[in-house]
Amino acid sequence: MALMLRNAHVIDPQVGLNETCDILIRDGKIVELGQDLEMPKGVERDLGGKVVVPGLVDIHVHLREPGYEYKEDIASGTRAAAHGGFTGVCPMPNTQPTTDNAMIVEYVKNQAEKDGKCRVYPSGACTLGLKGETLSEIGDMVAHGAVAFTDDGRGVQDSGMMRRVMEYARPFGKVVMSHCQDEALVGKGQINEGATSTKLGLQGWPAAGEELQIQRDIELSLLTGCPIHIQHISSARGLEMIRRGKADGIQVTCEVTPHHLFLDETNIGSDYNTYLKVNPPLRTAVDREELIKGVVDGTIDCIVTDHAPHAAHEKDREFEQAPFGMTGIETVLGAILTNLVRPGVISWERMVELMAVKPREILRLEPVKLAPGSVADLTVIDPDVEWDVTEDFYVSKSKNCGFTGAHFIGRATDVYVGGYATMEEGEIVE
Amino acid sequence: MGETKRAFPHRNLIDITEYSADDIMMLLQTAQRFREVNERRIKKVPTLKGYTVVNMFNEPSTRTRSSFELAEKRLSCDVMNFGGSSTSSVKGESLVDTVKTLCAYKIDLLVVRDKNAGAPYKVAQASGLPVIDAGDGKHQHPTQALLDLYTLWQQFGSLEGLKVGIVGDINHSRVCGSLVPALRTMGAHVTLIAPPTLLPPRPDVMGAHAVSHDLDAELPDLDVVYMLRVQRERLEGAPFPSMREYSMLYGMNEKRNELLRPGSVICHPGPVNRGVELDSFMTDHPERSLILDQVYAGVLVRMAALYLLLGGSE
Repeated sequence: MALMLRNAHVIDPQVGLNETCDILIRDGKIVELGQDLEMPKGVERDLGGKVVVPGLVDIHVHLREPGYEYKEDIASGTRAAAHGGFTGVCPMPNTQPTTDNAMIVEYVKNQAEKDGKCRVYPSGACTLGLKGETLSEIGDMVAHGAVAFTDDGRGVQDSGMMRRVMEYARPFGKVVMSHCQDEALVGKGQINEGATSTKLGLQGWPAAGEELQIQRDIELSLLTGCPIHIQHISSARGLEMIRRGKADGIQVTCEVTPHHLFLDETNIGSDYNTYLKVNPPLRTAVDREELIKGVVDGTIDCIVTDHAPHAAHEKDREFEQAPFGMTGIETVLGAILTNLVRPGVISWERMVELMAVKPREILRLEPVKLAPGSVADLTVIDPDVEWDVTEDFYVSKSKNCGFTGAHFIGRATDVYVGGYATMEEGEIVE
Repeated sequence: MGETKRAFPHRNLIDITEYSADDIMMLLQTAQRFREVNERRIKKVPTLKGYTVVNMFNEPSTRTRSSFELAEKRLSCDVMNFGGSSTSSVKGESLVDTVKTLCAYKIDLLVVRDKNAGAPYKVAQASGLPVIDAGDGKHQHPTQALLDLYTLWQQFGSLEGLKVGIVGDINHSRVCGSLVPALRTMGAHVTLIAPPTLLPPRPDVMGAHAVSHDLDAELPDLDVVYMLRVQRERLEGAPFPSMREYSMLYGMNEKRNELLRPGSVICHPGPVNRGVELDSFMTDHPERSLILDQVYAGVLVRMAALYLLLGGSE
């Protein structure tokens, strides 16, 4: 079947495109881009006023399946992803049971195949049960389609174990992703250690607890030759360590979430809003500003959401008892367009790099380009639509998003995965 | 009780930083009027007759709970104590569900003690009722701060310009979370005296004017030496090497008494570890020790808080 997307404003820095043209898609691939293209028969859509970019990929989400389907499952999580404009996601392995073997990897793939609304690139655990004690069967998981390895949510505490993980993983050509949290230093830390933790009487989670492991993993990348991807960076000093690591030629990349870019500890008030309890914690305004600089100058490679759904009753608790994490996959594009692209902090091209190009590069996936022959994974964006984030907007099973109530300009309206629409005019295609 | 000059502008007593100097003074003056009741042979007034107050103590407490219970009974409230080993949380019920259950009994006010910071706010939110924080995690303990202010106000006649040194485990102290900002609001000058391992990350944000690690150097300047209880139970992985060394560096004793000027006083929120933060000479010092005055003030300010939050006299 053929599909013609007419009058779209196509933007793709990989091929130097930033112009209005038609896109012809056949058999899931882009056939041609150009002016006034002709198609003998097929479906036509007029995308005048819309922007079309290579499909967005979020390499840090929690789909919660298997094990925590009451928070989210692969069906609902991938719908939320499509709703946010994504064509693919990389779910974290902290499921129940842990995604630390090929069987669970297969299960995740099968569920995605059966019920999913976007591509799912599973990651596997570095160590069995995320315990940091025994290597998981990385080779077998690679053979079954795992694209990356991480003990996200916990981090590998022992430096010797982390070295072993990276050394062992290296020949498989996959990236090791690191959740940086030194448990001895962080303890039961709830929020950033500083003014707000003092005011609210909450145990602090010092930035040094993250930075120590960022530096450790950069050194281990140098030692082992294994590429390292630092997850959800939150502090200015951590960013500086990565900047230096890159300058030294070390294979280090990193990601940042919208909440660490646009929220900080001062947003947590005496109402003890548990939606703002995230790991790593929201830090200071200075950290936030430095992270934005890192997004602009390229030190930060990609935007992720760390979409972490939790049921309403789990977040409606005492702050210290509530779980860490907020959702975000449905709001991230609006947040980035409104706060970075529209004010000119970054260009549209840079946004595409951060949300579509680099995420695939980090996972060693085939690139998607707005060029003939490429897979037709596309995100269509209305750059001018103004909208308020309300709870009934969410498709996710959970609503624990710190951006509820925000006013955004711009969001995804249509998403194509392999030439098939997963979202049309804001509605999930079933 | 007599009429109040203005309506009390608060629904809850959770975060003392929301109280202005006028609000605090109004509460202390109300406590002063309740003092008269407590000096009578029959120490009870019908002021809050018919009101049901729940003391929701989700964490062990003897002194604070007894003090609240006495205050409630002397105002003729109906009192229900809820908590201890019977807490629903043991059975896995959430705090919010427990509060909703209590509300279904048609109660009027909740006094909340909880190991989690911010829990009283959650209770207020879930119940829609007035809430008094009786200590939440290491966040705040506002009635303790008020009884301390009352005690010092009685002792010195004014809190303005008073030099207060607070000594001990400030980081884990919910007392400090309320006392430090409240003293500041009332115009006192607060110095925190402790090893760095017992200080909060941002003493300035807490409200302290100064920080010191040298008790001997501070003592000659202080009007009030406020000693905190050393948490014996928390010595594993402790923030100081031994009780002996702590007492050597930060304990108030007969020898250090000589460094104090005449008229200076000792406070302690109790219970005292005799021989650790205070020796018996200081604990029982007839002129300096205000420890039992603090205990008495606890009943008075809690009566005042209950009275003001439940809308004053009938």
